[in-house]
Amino acid sequence: MINVLVLILLLSLSLLFFKGTLKKQMANVIAVFQAGLFAYIAYLYLNNGNIQESFDWISALNLSFVFNLDGISFIFSMLITGIGALVFIYARYYMKKYERTTPFYIYLTLFSGAMLGIVFSGNLIQLFVFWELTSVLSFLLITFFHEKERARKAAFQGLFITLMGGLAMLGGIILIGSVVDSYNIHDWTQNADAIKNSELYTAGLILILVGIFTKSAQFPFHFWLPGAMEAPTPVSSFLHSATMVKAGFFLLLRLHPSLGGTPEWFYILSTAGAITMFIGVYFAILRTEIKSVLAYTTINALGVLTLLMGIDTFLSVKAAILFLIIHAFYKATLFMVAGVIDKSTGTKLFANLGGLRKEMPLVFIFTLLATLSMAGLPPMLGFLGKELIYEAKINIPEASNFILIIGVASNILLVAVSVLFTYKIFIKKPAHKVEIKSKPNINGLIGPGILVILSLIFGLFPQLLGGNIINDALSNVFENYTPVKLKLWHGFNTVFFLSLFTVIAGFIVALLIIKFEKITFYWNKFNERILLFRFTDVFVKAIDSFVSISRKKDKIVQHGYHRYYLLSIFLLTSVLLWSQFFETRSWIFNIDNDKNSFYILIVIVITILASILAMFSNKRLATIAILGVSGYGIALIYLYYSAVDLAITQILVETVVVVLFVIVLQKLPRFAKLSNWKIKVRDLAIALIFGTVMGLLALKATEVNFDSSLYDFYSENSYLQGFGKNVVNVILVDFRGLDTFGEVIVLAIAALGVSVLLSKPKKKKV
Amino acid sequence: MNLNILQYAEKPIRWLLIIISIVALLRGHNYPGGGFIGGLLAGLAIVFQSLAYDVETVRKKMKLSPQSFIGIGLAIAAISLLPSIIGGAELMQAYWVKLQITESYVLKLGTPLIFDIGIFFSVIGIVLMFIFNLSK
Repeated sequence: MINVLVLILLLSLSLLFFKGTLKKQMANVIAVFQAGLFAYIAYLYLNNGNIQESFDWISALNLSFVFNLDGISFIFSMLITGIGALVFIYARYYMKKYERTTPFYIYLTLFSGAMLGIVFSGNLIQLFVFWELTSVLSFLLITFFHEKERARKAAFQGLFITLMGGLAMLGGIILIGSVVDSYNIHDWTQNADAIKNSELYTAGLILILVGIFTKSAQFPFHFWLPGAMEAPTPVSSFLHSATMVKAGFFLLLRLHPSLGGTPEWFYILSTAGAITMFIGVYFAILRTEIKSVLAYTTINALGVLTLLMGIDTFLSVKAAILFLIIHAFYKATLFMVAGVIDKSTGTKLFANLGGLRKEMPLVFIFTLLATLSMAGLPPMLGFLGKELIYEAKINIPEASNFILIIGVASNILLVAVSVLFTYKIFIKKPAHKVEIKSKPNINGLIGPGILVILSLIFGLFPQLLGGNIINDALSNVFENYTPVKLKLWHGFNTVFFLSLFTVIAGFIVALLIIKFEKITFYWNKFNERILLFRFTDVFVKAIDSFVSISRKKDKIVQHGYHRYYLLSIFLLTSVLLWSQFFETRSWIFNIDNDKNSFYILIVIVITILASILAMFSNKRLATIAILGVSGYGIALIYLYYSAVDLAITQILVETVVVVLFVIVLQKLPRFAKLSNWKIKVRDLAIALIFGTVMGLLALKATEVNFDSSLYDFYSENSYLQGFGKNVVNVILVDFRGLDTFGEVIVLAIAALGVSVLLSKPKKKKV
Repeated sequence: MNLNILQYAEKPIRWLLIIISIVALLRGHNYPGGGFIGGLLAGLAIVFQSLAYDVETVRKKMKLSPQSFIGIGLAIAAISLLPSIIGGAELMQAYWVKLQITESYVLKLGTPLIFDIGIFFSVIGIVLMFIFNLSK
């Protein structure tokens, strides 16, 4: 699996170097590549079955990269690469007139790679990394039209919400990971009972679900998804059908064996799912823009998936997996169609559209079939899905009536939405004549065409899907399962009559809306009432107040005065050290006087005197010279205690500093007296407190019994292994060479920083 | 600042300092010295030159910018890691070549010396960077 990801990375990097014809055909090249991956993964899975690869990552934390291909990831990777290929073909049509397409294609390719990374991950930390990658990349994709403020805002909102959810999820993963002491999904499954019995289960589950809900746009985090419509249509088509928002559902499937099957799982998921399902379709029905309708129906579909996972029966999970495929097919189709209509007529508003069935017969047929699938009518695959969903909802062990009622209600509305969608674009008489500016070319039609035909074929011959593919995925969710067979015709049973009722009621609702425009009017009024509380506004407010609070905090903490930074560092350090001294009552020092001689005492006195003098000197040159004296004094002390290297370094650094001062000296203003006596007293006090504590610390350090084996090791081995008699140097360049390397790099960065700080802006040169 | 005496004496002293710095660099493995000390000494040589003339003149005279010194130094230090990477040993594992110069003297050359030379150059660059920038 890792090779697939590496290939995607290499491809997206090489896109940078595409020139000429290759650049023109970039989308097609990527499409071919994605199709190749599709074939490769299919070949791998159908030949070998489940595959697992793992590589060491951080062995100290017991982390390794685990990639696996099983039933679930097979379905998802087929959707990602398959629909991905079609989306790239389509993008060739849609993005033709735009600039900056190279970064766009790079992001989109990387995005598909990140999605594949999620579905292949067998380790949750690794999955989290890919999960966040999709958030960041989708941000970059949504801001493609970054000159539009709406696009920027929407992208920011999406990023913020998904990242916030991602963080919550990471917390949940770590909590539950701490129960089983592993982040491997396999280990979680093995220890499912331990996880569910632990007291961390509820907290961990809720945190992980927050992550899933934000990504999958579940209530109350649903509001970022319609905003994400600002992205170019190929992106929407990809994000809504096979990727991004489906990642949450994927994780639900993955974690079901380890976290599912509890009351908490049931209540949280089915509540959130049911609400999301209903509000999605409820707000879809009166939207006036094509893409916006589609976005809300996606929210509805995501709610259905979550609800089905929450119901948590064998039947419902089966229905969910089937519905995932159905939805991917029709949603990708409808988005591509929406893009084609937008490009051909120059408008996305229903009010300006109508009667297009004669001008664009092919597009009309695609839309008709796709909306049939969305409404759940035969002979499309959607019909099977809806039947299964109803069957699952009828057979819920508890609370079935409520879920069934809300399910039927939202399906009625969904039928109405589907009918209205086709009607408003293709059948209704337009208010003004709709001008066709350009006919879609073959690239624009391949994608929707293939998906619709597949949806039809699978609808007519459902065994093709049900035979192995769905069964394999189910076997990864449930330990014991009975193989399913999908049929188009189930006979006259309860489910059939429910379906019939839904369809008829849906058509009636659609008819009412078409015939009586007043209904729409009052309905909109009513919606405005209940929409007084808008999630987007709450979000914007929350962000604004967050920014203003942190601005206030910055005024206190990040004031920008160097002296106060130093002050607070010194004070805090002293307080901590002093309290430690008091705590341990370590006052007695064993000062070993044997090595101290009269000479060194003189040096020490001179050094101390020099530093005291430096305080009182009021001439710059004198101050520098005196500071130099104390610096050289310290060097002499080093030398006396036979730290020759240290002494030489100290002397040299001291020299450089003195020279530096001399050079700078001429350019400085006069020695000004800026501080009054109060400040001086304060500084003196702090200096005394800090100085004493550092002195005590240094004395204390000699007392600590350090491990002499280290010392022995270095003195023994420096000549034998390092071939050097100077132990210090051998340690620096050999034993601990990497540390030195790091230090030099840090120094270099500091020097670069100095040069940046001191270089004047060019404009100000007078 | 235009001190003629200093300018007269500057050249021999500068070269003396540079030679000393190279000696310090090379003897570092067995006696006090090494790349860091050597680098500081060589940096001082150029600092001394800027005392005699002024910083701007010296900066223009220099054929390599401080940044290049740092870059070259870090690159040399990084190169010294290569043998251990290629050889598959632990990172920074030293490799040595022993040359029999005379019967009693064996010259040992190894990757730590290359590494030290890298340090030497980066330290020169860092010192120069501070001096040149602070004097602006």
